[in-house]
Amino acid sequence: MASEPILTARGLVKRYGRVTALDNADFDLYPGEILAVIGDNGAGKSTLIKAISGAVAPDEGEIRLEGETVNFRSPIEARRAGIETVYQNLALSPALSIADNMFLGREIRKPGVLGSVFRKLDRSAMEKFARNKLSELGLMTIQNINQAVETLSGGQRQGVAVARAAAFGSKVIILDEPTAALGVKESRKVLELILDVRSRGLPIVLISHNMPHVFEVSDRIHVHRLGRRLCVINPKEHTMSDAVAFMTGAKEPPREALAA
Amino acid sequence: MGEPTAAQSAQEFEKVLAQSSTQVASFDTHDKTAVQKIQHFLHSTPAAIPFIVLIAAIVIFGLAIGSRFFSSYTLTLILQQIAIVGILGAAQTLVILTAGIDLSIGVIMVFSAVIMGNFAVTYGLPAPIAILAGFGVGGACGFINGFLVSRLKLPPFIVTLGTWYVIMSTNFIFSANATIREADVTAVTSMLHVFGISFKVGSAVFTLGVVMMVLLVLGLLYALNHTAWGRHLYAVGDDPEAAKLSGIRVDRVLLGAYTLAGLIASLAAWVSIGRNGSISPSAAVTDYNLQAITAAVIGGISLFGGRGSILGTLIGAMIVGVVSMGLNMLGADPQWKVFLTGVLIITAVAVDQWIRKVAG
Repeated sequence: MASEPILTARGLVKRYGRVTALDNADFDLYPGEILAVIGDNGAGKSTLIKAISGAVAPDEGEIRLEGETVNFRSPIEARRAGIETVYQNLALSPALSIADNMFLGREIRKPGVLGSVFRKLDRSAMEKFARNKLSELGLMTIQNINQAVETLSGGQRQGVAVARAAAFGSKVIILDEPTAALGVKESRKVLELILDVRSRGLPIVLISHNMPHVFEVSDRIHVHRLGRRLCVINPKEHTMSDAVAFMTGAKEPPREALAA
Repeated sequence: MGEPTAAQSAQEFEKVLAQSSTQVASFDTHDKTAVQKIQHFLHSTPAAIPFIVLIAAIVIFGLAIGSRFFSSYTLTLILQQIAIVGILGAAQTLVILTAGIDLSIGVIMVFSAVIMGNFAVTYGLPAPIAILAGFGVGGACGFINGFLVSRLKLPPFIVTLGTWYVIMSTNFIFSANATIREADVTAVTSMLHVFGISFKVGSAVFTLGVVMMVLLVLGLLYALNHTAWGRHLYAVGDDPEAAKLSGIRVDRVLLGAYTLAGLIASLAAWVSIGRNGSISPSAAVTDYNLQAITAAVIGGISLFGGRGSILGTLIGAMIVGVVSMGLNMLGADPQWKVFLTGVLIITAVAVDQWIRKVAG
């Protein structure tokens, strides 16, 4: 990793009452990589991701995006800065169409008076864009862009959420447990999507409990334990049982990984 | 960084996937049963059921009563009778779409009418100022509801139950329960009665109040379906958490919905003055809010939020109007209307639940 990290966090602290969810946590994401974040339940992964994606404001510490210090007060601000997050619950509105969902919160209005006075949405432009993005990611098996999201299968919904993030994320994409609720085939589809997004040069943060998936697609693995980054390991140099051992405290991580 | 393609790095147990069906993500639009097709159609066209029910009701009463019912005069008379509830129902729809409820909408209307009347008649202010004051009070009541729901995160049912009582009593205290007679209003201004003006098209009689109701519903239909504001309203009612994560200012949308509902209630107040002539504070005890909820629910607006078309509310109000007029002309006990309304409400909610179960 010769290049500078695109997204870094230093000394993040977040307390919820007497619970310290983040205890001086550090984080580094390099351009073009897939960084997996693993950790036991309650290790503080979610809080770390929420801090980076703007859903939670850390009590202490510093987050830098491309070297600039950022202070996100909401996911919207993070999104404006180019960080898109696919939440575990997908944050899709079930009764709205695929196109409406992709543009939720950033709709395109018609040009001219229709748009400025009557605030009319440019449905055809949004549909065209959504269709293009979905087919770019090989999701065009969805035939009707106007169908409600609730009529889609779990994998298709995940696809729509990932496509939305990939379409609008300009700097970083965060995926929280993207395969947790999916079957074997659908998981495969989503993993292919993830690799596809990376091949476009976007770095991805992947939070997952699924070790085979993590080891398959990630370039580096951030192991989170007791509210902080324990170590960063290379999936090619360690086994899944190593990772689980570090994560649960069964084994001490190697010294060089700690320094990372 | 390697460039693992999916095929190389797939897990051992996934190798068999290569031979499996490739139609994993496609849709089965063909092999549906007729019932599923109907369910799907209704799912995508929420105003269809009430529309069918409305047509059925008109046909049944038309057959039972004959040409006396099936005349443009009677049918437009029904429209005149539902204008107030139709407008209030539109206000209620906005709130219900956000998965809320506004129990105070009826008393906001009455209070707003009382303000308009008192400002114009008792205080002798110019009619436009009196009307603006009415809208101001209606909007303020709606804003209070919206503030309590969106900022203090109190449940809409409790908030509006509370404001229902507060506004109703304020209405009685302010007006000393004194009715303003029609002649007194007419002596001061004709503007307050503007929505009572009627015109004829053949034997059909329309009032400006009816025209206002239709224009309002069409305007809201446009706003709900073709502007970002409308999409956000649906998204907030559908899944507030998802809406928030998608970058929608949920609290603002809620505040806006309740405030707008209050303003529309003031419009209903103005229309009600045109229809009733006089202005009576004791109208506050009428169950206008429940009638508005009834219109929305029969019209297929889901009480769980995010579903339904405002067109349905208009049709829902018409259904109640048709049933009530039909039974009236048949000389039935008026309680049968109440009875049937109850049955319709329960049926509408049952159908809503069924539609929500749509799959594939």
